[in-house]
Amino acid sequence: MAKKDDDILKKVTGSEYEFGFVSDINEEIFPPGLNEDIIRKISEKKNEPEWMLDFRLKAYRKWKSMGMPDWAHLRIPEINYQAISYFAAPKKPKYNSLDEVDPEILETFNKLGIPLEEQLVLAGVAVDAIVDSSSVKTTFKETLSNLGIIFCSISEAIQDHPDLVKKYLASVVPVGDNYFAALNSAVFSDGSFVYIPKGVRCPMELSSYFRINAANTGQFERTLIIADEGSFVSYLEGCTAPQRDETQLHAAVVEIIVHKDAEVKYSTVQNWYPGDKDGKGGIFNFVTKRGICEGENSKLTWAQVETGSAITWKYPSTILKGDNSISEFYSVAVTNNHQQADTGTKMIHIGKNTKSRIVSKGISAGYSENSYRGLVKVMKGAENARNYSQCDSLLMGDKCGAHTFPYMEVENKTGVVEHEATTSKVSEEQIFYCNQRGISTEDAVGLIVNGYAKEVIKQLPMEFAVEAQKLLQITLEGSVG
Amino acid sequence: MSNKMLEIKNLHAEINGKEILKGIDLTVNEGEVHAIMGPNGSGKSTLAAVITGKPGYEVTKGEILFYGKNILELPAEERALMGIFLSFQYPVEIPGVTMMNFLKAAVNAKRKYEGKEEMSAAEFLRFIREKQKLVEMDTNLTNRAVNEGFSGGEKKKNEIFQMAVLKPKLSILDETDSGLDIDALRVVANGVNKLRSPERSFIVITHYQRLLDYIVPDIVHILYKGKIVKTAGKELALELEEKGYGWIKEQF
Repeated sequence: MAKKDDDILKKVTGSEYEFGFVSDINEEIFPPGLNEDIIRKISEKKNEPEWMLDFRLKAYRKWKSMGMPDWAHLRIPEINYQAISYFAAPKKPKYNSLDEVDPEILETFNKLGIPLEEQLVLAGVAVDAIVDSSSVKTTFKETLSNLGIIFCSISEAIQDHPDLVKKYLASVVPVGDNYFAALNSAVFSDGSFVYIPKGVRCPMELSSYFRINAANTGQFERTLIIADEGSFVSYLEGCTAPQRDETQLHAAVVEIIVHKDAEVKYSTVQNWYPGDKDGKGGIFNFVTKRGICEGENSKLTWAQVETGSAITWKYPSTILKGDNSISEFYSVAVTNNHQQADTGTKMIHIGKNTKSRIVSKGISAGYSENSYRGLVKVMKGAENARNYSQCDSLLMGDKCGAHTFPYMEVENKTGVVEHEATTSKVSEEQIFYCNQRGISTEDAVGLIVNGYAKEVIKQLPMEFAVEAQKLLQITLEGSVG
Repeated sequence: MSNKMLEIKNLHAEINGKEILKGIDLTVNEGEVHAIMGPNGSGKSTLAAVITGKPGYEVTKGEILFYGKNILELPAEERALMGIFLSFQYPVEIPGVTMMNFLKAAVNAKRKYEGKEEMSAAEFLRFIREKQKLVEMDTNLTNRAVNEGFSGGEKKKNEIFQMAVLKPKLSILDETDSGLDIDALRVVANGVNKLRSPERSFIVITHYQRLLDYIVPDIVHILYKGKIVKTAGKELALELEEKGYGWIKEQF
């Protein structure tokens, strides 16, 4: 690990947004606009069954009756939903072997450091790679299917496992849950599907890599993860997008169902293009992620490192329904330049003896605004519920903002809810101390910020922890000095 | 005749428009230990800050040469890499960053500067253990975050420990004795004395003579109102101890 720290420190100096390139992939793109016809076309393109189309249309009608949420501490420019193209996919999106994949796509993922060739995949990470609207290739599928694990694109799951999809889709995030969830339900293009059968420990990290490539498109992926009784899975998503002057919309929905005695760990390294130094361009990241600890003794852990996006609106949440269920939320959210983030979590305690833990670390630099918003709710029947929340903010410079909005609703007298918050600054004294030991300012910021975020970073799977540390430093480059 | 390491010529420096250093001349040769003494507010810490390149100070006149090279335009980290070390009067805490990682970053920055390969993890660990013995540093301190929750004495020992690790050519000890009990003082002084060599020099900034019983200087300067007003051998320190600073204030 220590050796890797150094590699990171060496590697990062001098780069800005590393993934801002555009690939020349032969893609099919729908004309901009959103109406029932477009939705029918998406569904048709994907050869979906009737019930899926109905689901989409119902969601679309619901969406039309709703308005954008305006309670977040964000300045969101008006979004013209008719100017967005809702479907863009590399042509010939189903491949039987790697030889058939557009070499540009393979090159893209190689540039991103995601080798799709199974023999090259290092220490057993199975990857589902999604370019724009379509899943390009899922690796290790056979190894996994021998254990009964299903890991495929949601489009394939709709075809091959309709019963599972029907049963669980929108069971945690209802179609009309919120504006963006409704939009996603109407137009979602692809995403990952995971099913871990009873008693199976998934032997490798499952990972989705999302890539927006085409211009003027939105990305709306849908992820559904089901951990059956006594199973375990660790899942990771990573995201990047090209550097463009116009903003792009990303509205994903993630649903996780954790049955009795099962455990899911969901990690995110989000590095969508944040816009340039003056706040031009970037991704609007409006995401709904929610899991349910359905059965007794189930556990759901969220670990997220959020460094990208022009605007982030995201609250991975857990419904602790099963008795003795546990959920943990670890988050580092970094904003620099003109980025805005309003992010946090919700922990809804329903079952008895349920426990939740929230560790949120915000880092603001430049002119950015960074808010933590969290809700801890203890319902009437949730005897002996416990929550511990810790929200720390780190400020760099004096032009940025950090805000904390904790909400607590406790309806059961036996509940214990604790909240701690701190705000600190990266001081010139700390930087000078490092400089005086020969450590450059960039490296010093990297050290200090990674020290601050350590509690969260250590929750990530090893390979991604390294990636995350690197990202933190790159994101904050030039923010001090 | 030994080589000139540090030459300060007619140095004037101010902070927030207020002139603190008013024409300092000081030459430190290789292998020498200089003590700079003086009453509070005379500019001792400012001098250390200006030599090491701490932001916020403006040099209005004069120059500082390190092995003949003017360092005033160089950033702090480059001066550090050239071999100038400051033992801080008030070392800062860096939460979450272990001493081990911090030192690794520092050691590797230095090795890179010198065109050397980075140390392997095992090599580095051995190296650190060895240095810890030198300053009688508690092993578990290196696993803790930089200065976080360290006692006053531990912080100062930690500074000397870093000095032992980085082996600077010129070490500036800024009031390293302040707030130390006699045992910690001895440990700190021993660390310094073990590092003394014909190539290495020290500037020991102190208010009291006490530290100089343990680190015996070659030359003692008195800094008063931004100027060096008196320079003599180690006996000057004793004289100060005896008479206090009153006579200096009267005379200058």
